[in-house]
Amino acid sequence: MTVTRLAAAPLVALWVVAFGLAGVAAAETQRGEGVSSFTLDNGMEVVVIPDRRAPVVTHMVWYKIGGADEERGKSGIAHFFEHLMFKGTANHKAGEFSRAVAEIGGNENAFTSNDYTAYFQQVTPQALPTMMAFEADRMRGLVLSDAVIGPERDVVMEERRQRIEGNPGAVLSEETQATLYQNHPYGVPVIGWMHEIAKLNRQDAIDFYNRYYAPNNAVLVVAGDVDAGEVLALAKSTYGAVPRGPDLPPRQRPQEPPQDTRRTVTLKDPRVTLPSVQISVITPSYTSAAPGEAEALDLLSEILGGGMRSRLYQELVVKTGIASSAGAYYRGSALDPSSFTVYAAPRAPDGLAAVEAAVTAEIAKIAADGVSADELDRAKNRFTRSMIFARDNQQGMARIYGTALTTGQDVADVEEWPDRVRAVTAEQVRDAARKYLKLDSSVTSYLLPANGDRS
Amino acid sequence: MNRIDNEHVTAPVHAALVVFFAAYFFMLAALAPARAETAIQEVRSTSGVTAWLVEDYSVPIIAVKFIFEGGTTQDPAGKEGLMTLMSGLFDEGAGDLDSDAFQLALDDAGAEMGFSAGLDGLSGSMRMLEEKRREAFDLLALAVNRPRFDQAPMDRIRAQLITGIEASARDPETQAGIAFSKALYGDHPYARRSDGTPETLRSMTADDLRTLHRRIFARGKMHVGVVGAIDAATLAQELDRVFGNLPAEPELTAVPEVTPKFGQEVRVDYPLPQTTIRLAYPGVKRDDPDFFAAFLMNHVLGGGTFSSRLFDEVREKRGLTYGIGSGLSTPKASASLSIGTSTNADRAAETLSVIREVVAKMAAEGPTEEELADAKRYLIGSYAINNLDSSSAIASTLVGLQVEGLGIDYIRRRPDLIGAVTREQAAAMAKRLLSVDPAVLILGPAADGG
Repeated sequence: MTVTRLAAAPLVALWVVAFGLAGVAAAETQRGEGVSSFTLDNGMEVVVIPDRRAPVVTHMVWYKIGGADEERGKSGIAHFFEHLMFKGTANHKAGEFSRAVAEIGGNENAFTSNDYTAYFQQVTPQALPTMMAFEADRMRGLVLSDAVIGPERDVVMEERRQRIEGNPGAVLSEETQATLYQNHPYGVPVIGWMHEIAKLNRQDAIDFYNRYYAPNNAVLVVAGDVDAGEVLALAKSTYGAVPRGPDLPPRQRPQEPPQDTRRTVTLKDPRVTLPSVQISVITPSYTSAAPGEAEALDLLSEILGGGMRSRLYQELVVKTGIASSAGAYYRGSALDPSSFTVYAAPRAPDGLAAVEAAVTAEIAKIAADGVSADELDRAKNRFTRSMIFARDNQQGMARIYGTALTTGQDVADVEEWPDRVRAVTAEQVRDAARKYLKLDSSVTSYLLPANGDRS
Repeated sequence: MNRIDNEHVTAPVHAALVVFFAAYFFMLAALAPARAETAIQEVRSTSGVTAWLVEDYSVPIIAVKFIFEGGTTQDPAGKEGLMTLMSGLFDEGAGDLDSDAFQLALDDAGAEMGFSAGLDGLSGSMRMLEEKRREAFDLLALAVNRPRFDQAPMDRIRAQLITGIEASARDPETQAGIAFSKALYGDHPYARRSDGTPETLRSMTADDLRTLHRRIFARGKMHVGVVGAIDAATLAQELDRVFGNLPAEPELTAVPEVTPKFGQEVRVDYPLPQTTIRLAYPGVKRDDPDFFAAFLMNHVLGGGTFSSRLFDEVREKRGLTYGIGSGLSTPKASASLSIGTSTNADRAAETLSVIREVVAKMAAEGPTEEELADAKRYLIGSYAINNLDSSSAIASTLVGLQVEGLGIDYIRRRPDLIGAVTREQAAAMAKRLLSVDPAVLILGPAADGG
């Protein structure tokens, strides 16, 4: 399918891989060119990541505004607004920007998460000035009429039907988040609840635009065949000309109360034949964690459930063979406390209870006994290696920095990440398991056949 | 709803480093800067194995891709799914290393290895760190030449495949896809599920796998692409180690050409929030002299991400869908052009009729001069952008070029091939492909559609 403006779901699990590589890239500046960062006079941050291998450049503008920053009752406005950014401005009618991208064979898209909204184009370096001019133009120049609002809202409602309502797993995932977060807006889906999307209007969009779209709430990331000095000069002449907006209040969202219940979410659907289970807990994110804790959680998820060599896979899929899949992931890149999830699916329709028991046994074991030196070394090596491999992907690099800078991290945090991972001890990993993998304050989600039960 | 734009060409061929950087930075896009073209080297080993290589030392990694022609179509009757099962077993033990030992060795070597079975070929890939090159190639050589197909991993991967089939048994999208393939391709191997059925999977033995391995793994119909920190002489030695001892020619079962059955409607009734619509029209083979006329026409019709006739009419003007697109599919023994979208079930009939109008107009008039010129600019310019962004992508392209027999100079010739297409040729192609009554799949609530 054609992938269009992307939606919602935060990127899971890729974080570790992606995040890591940036550090290496910065540390090993092969041609004497490392990552540079600047701040324009109007408050816009700029990051330049040289990658001279090909005459290609990735140009991204990230705004520090996501689904979790929305006013209550207006869910989906951040993502809906992302769609509206492709409509016309006072200087360029709708479609002109996209046409300028297509004309030179470029790619473009945009995506919205809980914490950020980003727009990007991948083009030849010669086209970069044009892209920057267009992007700077729509930062403040958008013209929104009711004529464009209506059909685009229909598009977003179709997007929701396609991505969420048409997919039992996605519905369950949305309900799991809504249950896991009792107070924090991470419990509200980024794409929005349907009944609230349906009511979003032109005034909502204009208010949102005026409040959040300004250079002092934006980060420019340029990766590719470029020179930092040239990018800075171009940034000054394009984005630099956009006046600073009003100061934004700190991004303080309602936080979670202590969680002290074990909750269960069950979805039965006739489209499901084999059941599955996942258990989620709230954990600190890189930004909210105490030093070293998020790195320990990343290593914990790798050792417990990251791929075929992980404990869950080896025990449940290989040794006992009761599961067809099993694993874990940690969502570390978030402004506020995020989550850690373990999941598994039985081989046979009646195997759910046994699989769930085996998953909880592995959790109890890693919390009680910790991890071995060998497991820890292997996990760290895998992270280090993935960082080197990730340098092979220019857009991935740009996303690492953009994500970090819009979720409360800075360039130094990205660059120091590999060293911080290497410094994590086995005790820290065990302690992270003990402190956070607590079933008494978790959400267990079951996806079941229509006539299924949990036995 | 997979859309396959099988032009197969993608590659970077432009050199990493651009000269006169500061100067060209401010040039207009139209004035392409002078830049060296990175030569694709053809490397031939002592034993006669050839590979295409792009050297690049900017990141200390090596990406290897290869394909053995003859994919799931080579599964013997009654053993459907055998190639897929085999593709899951190459990191489950080889040579003297059992599954566990092999995976630990791979982890120690810091390499990533993967195999996957397609309709027309079995693909393999490995990504390795330059400093662990020997260890990684050792393991690849073992996997390619001496896979063990031990009982325990075979049973486990087989069980996972069966579980996967059972898990989707009531998934309407999966079942509709199977029904549509059957309707289009009948008894042809292209209609078969690549992962077989629980019955065929249960019938498989290690001997079946060994026989298939012997038939497919040969140098004759194999293509290799390598990108990264390795020179030609070193690669030649590694090629000998990995592929040099394979037999000269594979034993492939011929796959007959098949024309999909058009002029039919397949309905799958299911109470879903959206109706999914697919239309299949005739396509063109990749070696058709008019391939680029079809490629360009399709781009105007529905190939462009945010700019195509279907996107404008169905999404932008009417808000009927989140996604709509069209694509050419060019498997070895068939060809089609398909359109896919999904829409609110209440508006499915309207959506289908808008699509049919857009198609009818294209069939009658073809693209405009301006649309054609835009499509040419996009498809020429996007080639480098879409394919230069990772070593793995480049390596895949090198393999694709060889499979399609397009020649080592293809990337240089490509802009001219696209540029030469006239509006008349594109219009004639639109008429040829889109005047045919298509095969239509409608998946959604029973009450609407059509």
